[in-house]
Amino acid sequence: MTLSSMRLAATMMGGAAVLSLSLLGSAFAKDDAPEPANHAPEIESQSWTFGAPFGTYDNAQLQRGFQVYKDVCSNCHSMRLLSYRNLGEPGGPEFSPKAVATLAGQVQVTDGPNEKGEMFQRPARPADHFRSPFANEQLARNANGGALPPDLSVMAKAREGGPDYIYALLTGYANAPAGFDVAQGMHYNKAFPGHQIAMPPPLSDGVVSYTDGTPKTLDNYARDVSAYLMWAAEPKLEERHRTGARVLLFLVVFVAIMYLAKRTVWAKLHRDDATHTA
Amino acid sequence: MAHESTYQPATGFERWLDSRLPVVRVMHDQFMVFPTPRNLNYWWTFGGILTFMLIAQIATGIVLAMHYVPTPEHAFDSVEIIMRDVNWGWFLRYSHAVGASMFFVAVYIHLFRGMYYGSYKAPREILWILGVLILFLMIATAFMGYSLVWGQMSFWAVTVITNLFSSLDAVIPGLGTTLVQWIWGGFSVGAPTLNRLFSLHYLFPFVIFGVVILHIWALHVPGNNNPTGIDVKSDKETVPFHPYYTIKDGFALVAFILLFAAVVFYAPNWLGHPDNYVPANPLQTPPHIVPEWYFLPFYAILRAIPNKLFGVIALLSSIAILFFIPWLDTSKVRSTSYRPIYKWFFWAFVVTSIGLGYLGSQQPEGWYLIAGRLLTFYYFAFFLVIMPVVGWIEKPRRLPGSITEAVLGHEAPEAAPSPSPSPPPARKRKRAEEVL
Repeated sequence: MTLSSMRLAATMMGGAAVLSLSLLGSAFAKDDAPEPANHAPEIESQSWTFGAPFGTYDNAQLQRGFQVYKDVCSNCHSMRLLSYRNLGEPGGPEFSPKAVATLAGQVQVTDGPNEKGEMFQRPARPADHFRSPFANEQLARNANGGALPPDLSVMAKAREGGPDYIYALLTGYANAPAGFDVAQGMHYNKAFPGHQIAMPPPLSDGVVSYTDGTPKTLDNYARDVSAYLMWAAEPKLEERHRTGARVLLFLVVFVAIMYLAKRTVWAKLHRDDATHTA
Repeated sequence: MAHESTYQPATGFERWLDSRLPVVRVMHDQFMVFPTPRNLNYWWTFGGILTFMLIAQIATGIVLAMHYVPTPEHAFDSVEIIMRDVNWGWFLRYSHAVGASMFFVAVYIHLFRGMYYGSYKAPREILWILGVLILFLMIATAFMGYSLVWGQMSFWAVTVITNLFSSLDAVIPGLGTTLVQWIWGGFSVGAPTLNRLFSLHYLFPFVIFGVVILHIWALHVPGNNNPTGIDVKSDKETVPFHPYYTIKDGFALVAFILLFAAVVFYAPNWLGHPDNYVPANPLQTPPHIVPEWYFLPFYAILRAIPNKLFGVIALLSSIAILFFIPWLDTSKVRSTSYRPIYKWFFWAFVVTSIGLGYLGSQQPEGWYLIAGRLLTFYYFAFFLVIMPVVGWIEKPRRLPGSITEAVLGHEAPEAAPSPSPSPPPARKRKRAEEVL
């Protein structure tokens, strides 16, 4: 290859590199541009007991969060993937078996058909799924001005930001900034994509009566129910974190042993090389 | 490489078996004493890692299939039941989902390694083609597996991708539509579609397994390539596969599993999209439909082309073009380490692929679209122009006379005479030693 063709190739590459770099640069710069209305705003990250690699849920917080869900959210939002028994399982709110039975018993669920072929109402048992507030989607929409309150079972994994997003949403209600047109029946929310949400502000100071002395503030309600929803979406998190620690510890030792074994096996070959080259 | 069998049946039973079905002989010859170049670096360990990943995916997948229900009404919930009520279900499902990503991490490293060291060149063309075939099958399998979750992203990915076939309407009116309806088993993505995706998702891994056996067979005829790209010239340049490479591959495998486990246990949803935790809703399109990360470069190429039919052709060609690189690359030298010009183009290609991956995750508008088109142009130009032309005009660096010379920096007495009597530069020598 001649010098000139090499130079040509180098120039071509250099040009391409500069071009693509500047393009990438401008692509990244675009991120700083004002966000379009349909993009999710930045969600502030919160500190959670379950956030760290070895984190666990705070049982008391999950119990309070469940109370917030039961007293407020469950009027419109289902959690159809959960059963009352889950409330007593390890790694969750860990209500006592008696408390779980009581919580379930307070709810009437439809069962049947019985021998006469009729559906009937009975108190829920721990094995029953959470009762949904509406029998079907049409009823739910009809009761909520056409909007469908989504199921909350895996909500904490179904949104970018997870529990941080839920907390930001619940505390994100505010008066719309001047010039922002909020549609009829909608509410301004800082965290909601597009800033217009059909759900009216669900929480305010004092609406849920905590019995453990935790201050009855909007902030605490939002935080507790977000943690509760994270548990609902990821009920095996504690088991996963615990098992993971053991597995990783095992693997770190294993990989070290494998490395030493590899060195030992190959050492003979390298010794032979040394003799040959000496 | 092909070599004389050294297997000696030790017992009466082994002799009896050997004359009827010589499996022990094959294992002995191909996996115990198989002569393997002694200078393989850690980039060569991904073949073993991929074999492990395939088996791990099949094992976790079989158990998941025992609990999964392939109907639109129950698919999403059955996945959640696996996560909640099946013993170790969360572990199986996260291992399988993260496993798919790790599988692609490994296969892309394996592929780029093959490209860098020219492992596709004669006499390994069939080996390479089988590898590309495995890649195609993996892509199909991963796509179908992702659809089974039946979340919003699953549903809309299936809708978008199956609809690509409707572009054939531009060739013969009605052909594409007919084909798409045949694939769907109806007039929209629905129950029959999900059921067949499940059936094929279960079938394909075993097809992959079959092609992997052919891939290994095709490897064992010429033997491994190696970082110098020079053919093995004497027995001194090889070591028996066991224990040298069983232990080296084993070490790399455990290190890879360590990374895999860290993601499974501490960031299982890191590579997933939150929208796929929203049950599929045919009436509501998600704001951004994006595929899993490992398809993003191809997705960027699809969207870079303004015409739908040509976009689909570009998408398929971007992978199919790999079939032809044994003939597109005109260089006589295998290893890119000895190719001073091609080396830069190769790394630019790696950067391009990563760049396309980033662009695939963004909306195709403004500068993103322009950048996507430029990178798509480079992607294809790399194969169609750079590979043949650079191979033709480039003067490669002086090759070491043998693997021994490359490794030890001098010619071992037994090795064949070298065409280049002077030792390679010190830097090269040092690198080769580090490799060992």
